[in-house]
Amino acid sequence: MEFLVTNFEAILFYLVAALTVAAGVGVIALKSPVHSALSLLSTFLMVAVLFVIRHAEFLAAVQVLVYAGGIMVLFLFVIMLVNVKGVRPEAAFLTRWAPLAIAGGVLIGVLLALLVLLGVLATGSADASALQAVDGQPAGNTEAVGITLYTTYLVPFEIVSVVLLVAMIAAIIFGRRDAGLERPEGEARP
Amino acid sequence: MITATHYVMLSLVLFALGVIGVMMRRNFITVLMSLELIFNAVNLNLVAFSYRLGDLAGQILAIFVITIAAAEAAIGLGLIIALVRLKDTVALDEASEMRS
Repeated sequence: MEFLVTNFEAILFYLVAALTVAAGVGVIALKSPVHSALSLLSTFLMVAVLFVIRHAEFLAAVQVLVYAGGIMVLFLFVIMLVNVKGVRPEAAFLTRWAPLAIAGGVLIGVLLALLVLLGVLATGSADASALQAVDGQPAGNTEAVGITLYTTYLVPFEIVSVVLLVAMIAAIIFGRRDAGLERPEGEARP
Repeated sequence: MITATHYVMLSLVLFALGVIGVMMRRNFITVLMSLELIFNAVNLNLVAFSYRLGDLAGQILAIFVITIAAAEAAIGLGLIIALVRLKDTVALDEASEMRS
């Protein structure tokens, strides 16, 4: 029992990390897009738990609301909308490229990890209390994130809002029927 | 004791899974989902180092990443709708007009 209490963080991390990786494998290995989407949903929720362990409570809430709530609904909506008959299940993978894809994925991952581990060795001390403080005074993580976002990072914040506007306009244009993306008249459906 | 290294390793695995998914799947929708996996791997790194360094900047950047991921999902899914209207399929190798 004492072992559980003293190692609670480690046990939680390994459990959630294993579930995250399992769900991630599910996303790329399951054949039905709906199953992939549900697997992706569990990945998002597990990552939210990992955020909480690292004192990013606000970010965990955003992860659940925006990813698990918004983006997943968008994905499922599109899956239902297009009612896919396009990809036959037995042809879901480009198996020709499998060795190259796996080698490439692992190589990119290892290179990034090396880069980041250099950062671990090079940089300073851990002080998690700064994640929950405003001007040195203790406060909630949400308040700290909000104050920082609307003061130090105000300009990037405004730029990102413009990016969102552009994305919204682009999505509307793509979705219009008269966007010039229709099949020409009289051409047979493939 | 869980360190930033643990998080980097987990993030590595998620990132590699995402890259493999992007390169191997033929279904456009699943490719977009693999992209979301990559975004999540990046966010894990950012949050882990925000904790490691006691600096909120990592969490702020993660919020921006989530925002851009939402924009990307909206555009990507719009592209899927357009592709389905044009080709009646979501298989990426069917969209080969620009191949010489």
